This record gives sequence, structure tokens and C-alpha cells, in this order.
Amino acid sequence: MNAITLNNITKTYNKGTVLAVDDVSLTVEKGEIFGLIGPDGAGKSTIFRLLTTLLLPDKGTATVGGLDVVKDFKAIRGIVGYMPGKFSLYQDLTVEENLDFFATVFKTTIEENYHLIKDIYVQIEPFKDRRAGKLSGGMKQKLALCCALIHKPEVLFLDEPTTGVDVVSRREFWEMLKRLKQQGITIMVSTSYMDEATMCDRIGLILNGKVLSVASPEATIKAYPEQLYGVKANSIYHLLLDLRKYEGTINCYTFGEYLHLSITTNEEQVRKYLQEKGHTDVEFKAIEPTVEDCFIRLLKHEDEQGNSNKDK
Amino acid sequence: MRALRFLMQKEFRQMFRDKGFTGRLFIAPAIQLILLPMAANYTIKNINIAIVDHDHSTVSQQLSNKILSSGYFKLADYTDFNSKAGALIENDKADLVLEFPSGFEKNMIRENNQKIAIQVNAINGVKASIGFGYLSGIIADYNNNLRLQWIQPGRTNTMPTIDVVSSYWYNPSLTYYIYMVPAILVSLITGIAGLSAAFNIVKEKEMGTIEQINVTPIKKYEFILGKLIPFLAVGTVVFSFGLLFSWVIYGIKPLGNIAVLYLFMYVFLFAILGFGLLISTYSQTQQQANSIMFLFMMVFNMMSGLYTPIDSMPGWAQVITHLFPISYFIDVMRMVVIKGSGIHDIRMHILFVFLIGLVLNTWAVLNYRKTT
Repeated sequence: MNAITLNNITKTYNKGTVLAVDDVSLTVEKGEIFGLIGPDGAGKSTIFRLLTTLLLPDKGTATVGGLDVVKDFKAIRGIVGYMPGKFSLYQDLTVEENLDFFATVFKTTIEENYHLIKDIYVQIEPFKDRRAGKLSGGMKQKLALCCALIHKPEVLFLDEPTTGVDVVSRREFWEMLKRLKQQGITIMVSTSYMDEATMCDRIGLILNGKVLSVASPEATIKAYPEQLYGVKANSIYHLLLDLRKYEGTINCYTFGEYLHLSITTNEEQVRKYLQEKGHTDVEFKAIEPTVEDCFIRLLKHEDEQGNSNKDK
Repeated sequence: MRALRFLMQKEFRQMFRDKGFTGRLFIAPAIQLILLPMAANYTIKNINIAIVDHDHSTVSQQLSNKILSSGYFKLADYTDFNSKAGALIENDKADLVLEFPSGFEKNMIRENNQKIAIQVNAINGVKASIGFGYLSGIIADYNNNLRLQWIQPGRTNTMPTIDVVSSYWYNPSLTYYIYMVPAILVSLITGIAGLSAAFNIVKEKEMGTIEQINVTPIKKYEFILGKLIPFLAVGTVVFSFGLLFSWVIYGIKPLGNIAVLYLFMYVFLFAILGFGLLISTYSQTQQQANSIMFLFMMVFNMMSGLYTPIDSMPGWAQVITHLFPISYFIDVMRMVVIKGSGIHDIRMHILFVFLIGLVLNTWAVLNYRKTT
């Protein structure tokens, strides 16, 4: 059985003028970590709020744990854990009081599900008498995760859980998610950090309310149609300008210290072109694309389609 | 029900953790109850008077002395020149100018009739009219004395006079604070209990905690009751404290049944909490709620009969005041505390405030559903 399904879900804001989610269909299997990857404003949070029954869809149907998000919203609230993007626990209550409060409103106790949160909670336990508002960013995230987990949800929704968290805490956080997955909890997580995509079982790339591709990170990368090259030269700025002018270029953009380049011609021709342009110290190597490269390609594709639609 | 208990527990925890809360609960009411009745007082003293005396006679001297020794007036100047007195009014140094024309005493004795002029600085309307009232009273009194002196006893009184003997019911000495303190208490409860509830709910919206609550199985009515009941408790505490305080400081003991007061207070809180709830459904941030509240509190305080009698307002304004639960409560407080009215006397008040509360709460709950 699928843990989450969305069928042609559309959601607009401001009386239909702002399209937030555009005809999205996808499924998440039970016990899977599913990542929604996309830039800010892509519609990730809206999808979360639709699935956690905080919003009603304009069109389409969706289920969580086999329950309809509109009809069975009450039952869904009992089986999902939701961690919103913005820290939204009671800042004037202590760590322990927050946890206790959310345990009781779900008619359970901390002791009952302590095994689920144990790994995370031991890290914040030394601060259990501290007010939640006084915790550091990483600590807050851990507490929020504990609160979302305390009633042993079947499906966990984490909306940008690692935004604003340092690199070490981020890695720890993902380790925790893997352990939760082993407990059989389905996790839907969103992030705008592309490097986190590889931690998911499957990812959905989302842009302007549309899900552009759904596959495992490996498959997403494999689906990249062209060979990708990393290029470097003396003057990286002029190199970028020249390569963008080059007629064989499909796409060229900066990526760390290299330029990433996909071409219709071959390496020899490009090297020759660059020599003509007077570039020195040219480094040219074939590279394996990352999720980010896939995303940039889709972004460009989407842009061109948008433009051609406008032209019509 | 268990969830409701924990919601309330959480609410009380947060309340007492808020450092300013106990201050708002006890200190602010105490200060307001001490300061406002003592300072905002209609028994006006220190009215500046300038006397222009063109006559310099015994009568003008006597009358001047009588006025100045009344305790209400302070002599701004004693002069012969009208222009000087006019300048004093222009410079706001004098509130009243009393002018004795030349030949004042002579004409009075000879013609049995004389006029004096009083000019009033009406920049401050209250001070002007009350000062004028005092002055007229003193002059009338002096007039009577003169008559007694001059009309020979034994002769039949040629002029029949009506002698007015007045007595103030329920507040014999017309003491200002006896009717102000109960009314100020109403204003306090409105601010502390009713409006804090609105801010509290909006705070949950602002902090995003309401999102977290909305995905739990907590029912909407549990959430709302979990908010309202603690503020009913706060209202009870403030009200009891205020009653106790006005008894200790001002010696005001409600003449009527205290249970009637509490009963009405709960009906009132039902209405005013509904109002707070309604505001909270329309605002996203505490800032927004605050500006809406400010507007309403101003109108409430000015139009509820706290400072000026509702009966003296124009007809349309009176209709508006009957939509405010506060004006009913102030009325009830004065009736029960000063007059000793019973539940039978205030049954219409109870009915109206309950109806207002019902409308406000229904509106709030409907709007609350729509937005989430």
C-alpha cells in the first residue's frame, strides 16, 4: 500500500490568482524517505500543508495512510507527524513541557514512545528545563522532531528541517531519519539543499508548483541525457561568456570552481574554439552529473518551454 | 476533556511565566484604581478668577471676599481695567472674569436692581461651566443674605420666593469616587481579561504554534475553551481584587448582593471574550490586533458612560452605546454597588449582554472555521 498518494492536486491562493501547486500526481511508498527538492516558492510547503490537512485542495484527491485528506482529516491528524518549516513550538515552555504537552494532546505519554525519540532526545535532555525559545537552531530542530514523533506517527512530514542548521547537525539529522525509516515510518521531507537529495530513497524535483521528475537520486542522475564536462581556465568569467556564445553549447553555468558544460559537439572542437579565443590553462574533464545539475537542466528546459509558450 | 485540561494547564503555565503578567494582573489595576478616581475629578478647585472692580464699594469688597474664601477660586488679578482682565483670559491666566460696574452699590440700594458681568474662558468647557456654576451659586447666596438684611423683619414679605432644598439620593455628598471606582473597575476587566484573550490567540498565530495544534486531534471547541476558561479565571481574580481594593481604599462596599455582581461579570466576560475572539480571527499579528483594539477601547471608554452620562449624548450615539457590553456593565455596577439593585432590576441588562455575547461568539466561531 502507498503511504501517500496525490492525484492531480491543484491549489491556488488569493482566489485563484496565484498558482501554488499545479496538477501534481505522485505516490510515496510505505517506509520510504521521499524528498521534495526545489527552490523557495516552488510549492513544497503547500504540498505539505495539503497533506497534513491544513489546506484544502482546489482540485484532485490525495491520501495519507490510505485516508482521504478531505473526508478523513480527523483520522489523518492522529497518524501524521508534522514539523513545519518555521519553528513553531511554545517558546515560553521548557523542552520537557513542550514534549509532554504534545504527548498528552495525542493521548499518549513520553514513556510509551520513548524508544522512538531516545536517540534524539538524549542529545537535548541536558537542556530539558530550558525554554524552547532559548535553544540553538539545531537543538530546536531536534526538539521539533521529537514532538512530531512522540505519538508514533505512521507518516512524518518534515518541511525544510535542515534550513539554518549547521553542516554537522544536518548530517546527524539525516542519520536520525535513516534510523526512523528502519522503524517503518514513512518520511516525506523537503529541502532546498541539493546535496541532501542523495540521502533520500526517491526524490521529486519541483518547480513553480509542478513536479518535473520523480525517481531515485541515482536514476535521476542517470537520466541526464548528455555527457557533462567540468571546464576551467585562466579567466573563468571570459570562459563563461565565450562558452555561452559557442554554437555547440547546450548549457553552461558556474559550479564551484568549475564551469559545467554540456555540448552537442565533442571535446576536441571545444578546445580548438577556446584556443582561438585565447584562453590559457584550459582544464577539461568529463564529470558525473549531480542532482543539482539535473535540476538546472530541468530549470532551463522549463524556461525555454515557458518562453516558447509565450511566443505562441 | 483530558485534552482541555492539558490545554488549560499549558495556558496557566505560560501566563505565570510571562514576567509582566502578575504586574498587569495586580499592580496596574491598583494604580488605576488609586490614580484615576483621585486625579480625574469633577470637583474642580483652583479656578483662576480675575475681578475687575470699577466700584470699590463695601458690597463689591464683601462679595469678592466671599468668592475667594469659598476655596474654589484663586485670585488671578484684582484690577480696574477691563483690558487687563481680557488679556488674562487671552493668556489663559484667568478662567473667569467678574466685573463690578461703577456705581454698583449705589444703584443697588437706590434702584433695588443691579447687574454684574461674568466672562468665562471656555477653552476648557468642563472647568468653565462648573466654575460658572459655583460663582453663580455664591452670588445668589450673597443676594439672599442682602435681602434678609435689608428687608425689615415683621413686615409681610412682599416677594414670594421658592426655596430649593436638594438632597442627592444614594450618594448624599455626591462623592465623585463612589460612582467612578466601580466604573473604572469595568474598564479594567475589559482590558485585562477580555482583550488579553485576543492577544493570546493571535500570538499563537504569529508564532506558528497554531499550525502545530491544528495537526493534532485537538478539537476546535477544546482549543477555544482552553483559551477562554483561563481568562474567565483571570477576570474573576481581577474583579475580586478590584472590589476588595475599592473597599479597603475607598470604603466602597456593594450595597447589593455580591453574587449578582459576579453573575453579571460572567455574562459580561462571555460577551467581551467573544469580542476578543472575533478580533483574533481577523488579525494575523499582535500588531494588527493591537491597533484594532486601540480603536475600540478609545470608543468604548469615551462612549460607555464612564466619564460622561449616556443620557446627555445625542440619540444616535445612545443607540451605539447600547451595542457595547461595557456600558451595560458600568450601569449594573453603579446600580448594584451604589443603589443596591437586585437581580430583578438588572434582568434586561443580563438579557441584552447575553444576546450581544451570543452574536459575537457565533460570528467569531463561524469566521474561525472559515479561515482555517
